[in-house]
Amino acid sequence: MSEAALAQKIDDPGLDETAAKLTPERIRTTINRVLQQENSARLKAFVGTCVSCGLCSDACHFFLSHDRDPKYSPAGKVKQTLWEMIRTKGNVSQEFIVRAATIAYTECNVCKRCVQYCPFGIDTAYLMTVVRRICHLLGVTPLYLQDTSHSHASTFNQMWVKDDEWIDTLQWQEDEYRDEIPNLRIPLEKEGADFFYSVIGPEPKFRTQLIGQAAVLMNECGVDWTMPATPGWDNSDMSMYSGDLEIMGRIKRAHFETARRLRVKRVVMGECGHAYRSVYDVGNRWLGWREMPIPVIHALQFYWEMLKEGRLKVATQMEEPCTFHDPCNVVRGMGLHEMARDVVRAFCSNFIEMEPNREQNYCCSAGGGVINCGPPHTKTRVLGNRVKAEQITATGAKVLIAPCHNCHGGLEDIINHYKLDVKLVFLIDIIYAHMHKSNAI
Amino acid sequence: MPENGHWNWEPGERVIHEVKDCDAEVSWLEELHASPDGEQVAVVAKLEEGYGVCVNGKLWEQTFDRAWYPKFSPDGRLTALVNVDGEWTLAVDGEVWPETYTCLWNTLFSETGDTIAACAQADGVYGMVVNGEIWEQLYDTANEFNLSSDGKRSAAVVVMVSMGQAEIFTYQKGCYSVAVNGEAWDNRFVNAWTPVFDPSDKRLAVQTRSTLYDYTIVVDGKPWSQNFSATWEPRFNPSTGAVVAPVRQAGKWGMAEDGRILWDPTFYQLWHQAFSPDGKKLYAIGAPKYGRWTLVENGSPWPLTVGDMVEDLTVSPDGARVAAAAKEGGRWTFMVDQSLWNSWYEMIWSPVFSPDSKHLAAKVELPGKRYTVVMNGKPLKETFEQCWEPVFSPDSRSVLIRAVQDGKFKRIVAGVHDF
Ligand code: SF4
Ligand code: SF4
Repeated sequence: MSEAALAQKIDDPGLDETAAKLTPERIRTTINRVLQQENSARLKAFVGTCVSCGLCSDACHFFLSHDRDPKYSPAGKVKQTLWEMIRTKGNVSQEFIVRAATIAYTECNVCKRCVQYCPFGIDTAYLMTVVRRICHLLGVTPLYLQDTSHSHASTFNQMWVKDDEWIDTLQWQEDEYRDEIPNLRIPLEKEGADFFYSVIGPEPKFRTQLIGQAAVLMNECGVDWTMPATPGWDNSDMSMYSGDLEIMGRIKRAHFETARRLRVKRVVMGECGHAYRSVYDVGNRWLGWREMPIPVIHALQFYWEMLKEGRLKVATQMEEPCTFHDPCNVVRGMGLHEMARDVVRAFCSNFIEMEPNREQNYCCSAGGGVINCGPPHTKTRVLGNRVKAEQITATGAKVLIAPCHNCHGGLEDIINHYKLDVKLVFLIDIIYAHMHKSNAI
Repeated sequence: MPENGHWNWEPGERVIHEVKDCDAEVSWLEELHASPDGEQVAVVAKLEEGYGVCVNGKLWEQTFDRAWYPKFSPDGRLTALVNVDGEWTLAVDGEVWPETYTCLWNTLFSETGDTIAACAQADGVYGMVVNGEIWEQLYDTANEFNLSSDGKRSAAVVVMVSMGQAEIFTYQKGCYSVAVNGEAWDNRFVNAWTPVFDPSDKRLAVQTRSTLYDYTIVVDGKPWSQNFSATWEPRFNPSTGAVVAPVRQAGKWGMAEDGRILWDPTFYQLWHQAFSPDGKKLYAIGAPKYGRWTLVENGSPWPLTVGDMVEDLTVSPDGARVAAAAKEGGRWTFMVDQSLWNSWYEMIWSPVFSPDSKHLAAKVELPGKRYTVVMNGKPLKETFEQCWEPVFSPDSRSVLIRAVQDGKFKRIVAGVHDF
């Protein structure tokens, strides 16, 4: 069997064991309920408009990485899932549901690159989220992604971090970084601060240095900031991707209401992509907010602001050749690519663009909740993104900057699998190493 | 709010303390905290070694490896979470509780302040500590903590079945319950959230889901007969004891009472409901149109709406009026009596009604990070570097303003007509 074919045979009890319990009746009623009640006009327009022209195919990294196998084309994914559900009026088998879930959750990053290529603007990513919603309501979701959604429901963060572990981590990071910056503070629960800094579950769990580095940045820039000592601190949202929209709403409400409780004017979030989509597009709107009720800005915007205001000062520049991976949600979603480049160029003397780049960039293949589907599906996303490895290699860069947690996880696996000679960093890693630190000893 | 008639309500202004002063060598002073009566201002002080707590410039005798979360109880006692030799405890007016814990956080008070509680972790198990005594029964995890208004009962969502990594099927069988004073209900839930006590502190209601899709309200262990696709936090009617909660049906939100629909599910959002003290009026924050927010009175939305957000719903003591913070176009004002105040602010705090319900006051932020208090839409002439939420006198004629001006913490008693 070819590497690619192997990748398709996956055991995941979250898919197989759950699907085995489904009755035809439950499948049919669930599909029809979602199609008729939850998604009417937009869905019908998209599905009815596709002329199978294939223009979207070359947009998709899965299609390109699998030697143009039509199964992996955006329209092909819709055909194998939603079209069939509609055509059969929901009369599909358990096996069909497993395959549909596998496609929607693990072979599409809902990255929206293909949307840009469709002459009718058909949003395949949205259609895949409809499939995911159906699968969630049927209980057929990849085991690890479901576990993450359970964590959101129980703890309001994605890594089962308990209330006290969160506080302890912040205080420990504050102590740790005082070795370098003796007057460093992570001000907890400071009501009326200008902003609250929000992060995602993995930061207190295993990327704690990102919190410490951000604290150094805040202190050096002299900003009025705070972090909550309560749940609501985590901006991430894997329930949005698993299709559990009710839990998505619950955790987004906690996030925005924590910001309101602290009387902050805005939220600055760390280097995460998907959480941004959840606050500015999906989660807020499910709750009835047309826009973000309290503005949330991404770390890239914040660094850029600090640099432009002269608060963040460059001490040295990184000379190693580096390149920049544009995360889908902050670039295609929010257009932050030029701000990102301004910051990168300020701190890096040898910046090389990836091709294609900016809103044309290929997804990391971890996005859209795919990395949270866990070890059973690692191969799918790594083999499904050979083009990303080629893109990185072509730059000749030794440092790869990716300002997004999921991109990091995905790119790390790509670097290992394709044996790329490149070091992966967050932008804050570079800023922290090269900024002027007036309070350091 | 405890009785405050004995406070000094003499009109006028008094300087309590120069906020930079502390009778010890400090590396820095953290955020200021004003006592409810405005007679004290407290601050955590970073010392050369460890931390102290400074009240009106006087350092508590004992210092700590860490001190944070300074909070005044409603009866004016100052508490702080403190770490001594790697263990946590709570200090009250400088005296520490005798017991220590691996972690202690989220200090809670009863309405009068006579009970002080906190969430605790002791050697890997979780519960609550009330007046220095930890629950007898502790759990592998606990969260969503709450304390009854009389302080006699404390509640949390607790885990009853320990789960290994990614055990989704065990999870979906229901591993959580609700513990009151440490004792868990017999029920098992997939999830439970927001335990709330009734006004007499005898009953408890929570939101639950019994599968990934079936949400309902459970009162004293008894679930409503009806499930919904989502719910928000329940509230008790103070007069009838009925329980109401926002519920979602077919993609829209309504209000249910004891499981039956009370307000039809026509809202894009509905939450933060609150009763008048006589239980006759039920108010809530809602979005009758997508992206447009207002207050809802007995099921009818007010005709005016704002686009950004409505929060901090506050019912007047007589129950006839309701106010909230409203945000539109990035600026804040107050929504009250079916209209918006004319002035807009950078930031606003919760509205506060006078005891006779006639006046409404609040702390607001002006451009340039100056603060003041606004009464019935009119600002005080003075502005401050910092101020706290206003407190009315029992006769509703005066208001206490606690503020920092020119580096001095001041206690100002103003007449309600001085604005
Ligand atoms: S992975 Fe991206 S490009 Fe491919 S189908 Fe999904 S949304 Fe489209
Ligand atoms: S480009 Fe648009 S119309 Fe053409 S196949 Fe893709 S989705 Fe269908």
